[in-house]
Amino acid sequence: MAEFFQQSFHAHFNFWIYVILMMIGLWALIAKNNLIKKLIGMSIFQTAIILFYVSLGVKAGATIPILDPYGNKEQAAAYAEESDPAKGKNEKKGTEEKGDSSYVGKKSPNPDIMANPLPHVLMLTAIVVGVATLGVALSIAQMIFKEFGSLEEDEILEIVKGGNVDD
Amino acid sequence: MRLSQIFATIAVVITGCILLYGVSDFPGFGDPHSPANAGVPGSESVSQYFITESYGDTKVPNLVTSVLADYRGYDTMFETVVIFAAGMAIFAILGAVGGGGQPREQSEEPFFVNGDHSRIIVGTTCRLLVPVIQLFALYVIGHGHYSPGGGFQGGVILAASFIIIALSSNLNAALRRLSEANYLRIACIGILIYAGFGVLCQVLEGNFLDYGLLQPVLLTDGPEMARSHSMLGVEIGVAFTVTAIMFAIYANLSSRGTLRDGL
Repeated sequence: MAEFFQQSFHAHFNFWIYVILMMIGLWALIAKNNLIKKLIGMSIFQTAIILFYVSLGVKAGATIPILDPYGNKEQAAAYAEESDPAKGKNEKKGTEEKGDSSYVGKKSPNPDIMANPLPHVLMLTAIVVGVATLGVALSIAQMIFKEFGSLEEDEILEIVKGGNVDD
Repeated sequence: MRLSQIFATIAVVITGCILLYGVSDFPGFGDPHSPANAGVPGSESVSQYFITESYGDTKVPNLVTSVLADYRGYDTMFETVVIFAAGMAIFAILGAVGGGGQPREQSEEPFFVNGDHSRIIVGTTCRLLVPVIQLFALYVIGHGHYSPGGGFQGGVILAASFIIIALSSNLNAALRRLSEANYLRIACIGILIYAGFGVLCQVLEGNFLDYGLLQPVLLTDGPEMARSHSMLGVEIGVAFTVTAIMFAIYANLSSRGTLRDGL
């Protein structure tokens, strides 16, 4: 058991944290009685998923996925190492472009020196959409409070049931 | 502890254990050759293609922007529509009872309120900060190709500057600068800019959002530069919508849909 824990946790601590955060969020969503606390749980759940995606795209020793137009020495060296100079010159139209950007004319960047851009793209929109949907949820909570005078789930259920009997 | 909480705990613990069991099959943290980063043998990951080829395709150094606005342009357009729809939903949920449309009699409180010293400090700080924040937001939007940034981030920063005005003074001060009619208009214009780029490509007998065809319209050196410039246009559209909707969410939530008084 301890061995499993050590092996699994050491190489995968990011996934462990994601699972723990996600379960905190899930527990709050199921067990909490207050609607605002449920929404906080939903946000924690969302954060866990964002952490999961972003940590999938991490590469050890890699930099951000932006080509440096002003000549990053390390990047340039990595390109030079990767590209075959004789082949690289004719392959890309980039050689004809003016400017001495470090990446222009080189064959192509070595993928290992840059973080995976795809999870960043997906999470970039997910964060903003998450804020917008949280806003919708909060506005619904506000209307519920206005209608029932409470945000506690059991109290609202009681009022709803009582109202049905009255009708 | 209530009975439902005990059941919830059991369910969460079981789910967590299953997920943690699955975690041991995942690639290690920071592994550059994991399936997500490098693909599986025989099938290269699409992110490899983005890193190696996207500069040649689009002439945009920020790979995240090029993937966001070009390769996944259709997705990003509808993400923007989701934000727009969320704003409309808040407007419909809260605005229906808000009784909007009536003139707001309440006068705007000045930044400086005599005798209230905490107000003076907050008001002065915000007045100094807001132009800087807005300038930075415009930089983030316009420079999203070359540095971290883009329409979503810049739009949120720009909306934050209006929210700061509302927090430091009151909601009316912010609404005087970005009124309800105007932010709704801006939100629509943002979507229309984005969709307009797509439709323009269709008019030029191409696919929706195939920016390369805009070369004769934008008068650029080649289809790659047309893609680069179209991405800037699309990002500006995203920024319009995000700014308007983020501010609308704050304005409606903080005043319970009445757009009066605020916090």
